[in-house]
Amino acid sequence: MMTKMLEFISQGGYAGYVWSAYGMTMTLLFIETVGLRRGNRAILARLQRLLRLCNAGDKQ
Amino acid sequence: MFKVFWSVLHRDLLLAVRRRTDVLTTLVFFVIVVSLFPLGVGTERAVLRVLGPGVAWVAALLSSMLALERLFAADYEDGTLEQLLLTDQPLVLLTLAKIAAHWLLTGLPLVLIAPLVGMQYHLTDSAITVMMMSLLLGTPVLSLIGAIGAALTLGLRGGGILLALLILPLYIPVLVYGAGAVTVGAVALGEARLYLTLLAAFLVAALALAPFACAAALRISIE
Amino acid sequence: MTKPWSRFAAPASFYPLTGRLIPVFWVLAAAFILIALYWGFFETPDQLGGSNAQKGYYRIIFIHVGAAWMSMWLYAMLVAWAAVGLVFKTRLSFMMANAIAPTGAIFTFLALWTGAIWGRPSWGTYWDWDPRLTSELILFFLYIGYIALHSAIDDNRRADRAASLLAIVGLVMVPVIFWSINCPDPNQCAALHQRSGLRKVDGNILFAMLTMTLGFWMYSFATTLMRVRSMILTREAETAWVQDLVRAPERG
Repeated sequence: MMTKMLEFISQGGYAGYVWSAYGMTMTLLFIETVGLRRGNRAILARLQRLLRLCNAGDKQ
Repeated sequence: MFKVFWSVLHRDLLLAVRRRTDVLTTLVFFVIVVSLFPLGVGTERAVLRVLGPGVAWVAALLSSMLALERLFAADYEDGTLEQLLLTDQPLVLLTLAKIAAHWLLTGLPLVLIAPLVGMQYHLTDSAITVMMMSLLLGTPVLSLIGAIGAALTLGLRGGGILLALLILPLYIPVLVYGAGAVTVGAVALGEARLYLTLLAAFLVAALALAPFACAAALRISIE
Repeated sequence: MTKPWSRFAAPASFYPLTGRLIPVFWVLAAAFILIALYWGFFETPDQLGGSNAQKGYYRIIFIHVGAAWMSMWLYAMLVAWAAVGLVFKTRLSFMMANAIAPTGAIFTFLALWTGAIWGRPSWGTYWDWDPRLTSELILFFLYIGYIALHSAIDDNRRADRAASLLAIVGLVMVPVIFWSINCPDPNQCAALHQRSGLRKVDGNILFAMLTMTLGFWMYSFATTLMRVRSMILTREAETAWVQDLVRAPERG
C-alpha cells in the first residue's frame, strides 16, 4: 500500500513536473473561484449597507 | 471628396513644419536605440550582421509607436477632432488623411535614414536596399494599425504605455517579414521578393480595413 | 423586443436565471474534472506500444491540451459577444465578453505554464520559440490588452465598446499573427509540435483529455456567469429590482 502510494507520487520520476503543472492549475482555478465568491458577497453586502443608510435617512 | 483628404493632410503637414522638433525626436529616438545595441551586445561584425535586421525593425516598431501617441492627442485636446467628427465629410477619409500625414512625418524619415543603420551594422548593399524597401512597405502598415490603438486610448491616463500593450502584439507579422526580408536580402536581392510581396499585401489589407476600424474607434472615444 | 430569446437579454431576468444555472455548472465541472483526473492517473496505459515505457510526464497533457483549447475558444466567445454587443447594443453582451476575459487569460497562462513544464523533459528546455507556444504567448498579450483597456476607461459605455472593438481587431489579426509565427520563412513552415490527429491518440488518454476539457468548459461557464452577476449588481445598483433583491433576506 505504502509503496504504491510512493510510486504514484513519484510519477515515474517526473513528480516535480507533473505536480507543479497540476498544482498551478488547481491553485489558479481555486483562487479564481474563491475570489469570485468573495467579490459577489462583498458587492451584495455593500448594496445592503447602502440601502440601510438610505432607509435610515428617509425615516428621519 | 478628395479635397477633404488633401486639406487635412496639408494642415497636418503645415503644423508639423511649424513644430519641427516632434518629427526630429522620433528620428533621433530610432537612431539612439539602434546605436545602443552594439554597445550592449559587443561590436563583433559577424554578430552585428546577424542582429542588424531585427534590431532595425524593432527600433522602427518602437519609434513609430511612440509617435502614435501624438497622432490625435493635440486635435483631441483643443477640440479640433470633435469638430472634424461633426462635419458631414466621411470620417474614414479624414482619419486616412491624418494617418498619411503621420506616416510622412514619422515613417518616411526612418526609411531615409535606414542606410545609416546598415553601415552601423555592416550590412551588405543588397541588404540595405531591401531594408529600405521593406521599411517603405512596412511602416505605413504600422501607422495604420497603430492609429486604431491611438484612437481607442484617446485621452486616457497612462495612454502611452497602454497603447504599447495593445498595439505591439499586432505588429508581429510586419516585424517577422520585415526583418526576414532583410536577413534573406543579405544574400541576394531576388530572395527577398516573396517577403516584400507579403508586406505589400499587408499594406493593401491595412489600407482597406484599418481606416474604418480607426474611424469607429474615434466615434467610440468621442461621445 | 418581442423575440423569445431577448427576454433573457435584460439583466433583471438574466440574474435569477444564472442563480439557478451556476450551481449546476459547478457540480458538472467538479464531476467532469474528478472523472478526468481519476481516468488520467489510474486508467491510462503505462506502456507506449510494446515495452516502450510511457514517460510519467505525459499526464500533463490532460490539462495542457484542455487549457490551450479553452484559451482559444474563450477568445472566440469573447469576440462573438463583443460583436453581438456592438451590433445589437445590448448591455448584457458586453458584460458577457468582459466576464470571459479573466477566465480566458487564466487558461492561457495555464497552457503556457504546463507547456513550459512539458517542454523541459521532452525538449530539454522550459521555453522554446515553438510556433504554438509563441502563439499562446501572443494570445495572452491580447487578453491582457483587452482587460487593460477596459479597466483604464472609467466610463462603462466607452470601456465596453472600445474593448470590444479591440477584441474584434485582435481576432482579425490573429490568423495573420499565428501564420507569421508559424512560417517566418514564407517558403516553408516548420513546427516543433508533432502534427498529430486526435485519432492517433490512445482511447483512454483521449477520454481523460476530453472529459477534462468538458470540465473546463463547465468551470468557464460558472465563473463567467458569476462575474456577470457581480457586474450586473454594480452597474444596476440604482434600479428597483436590484434594491428589491438586496432587501430580500435570501439571495436569489
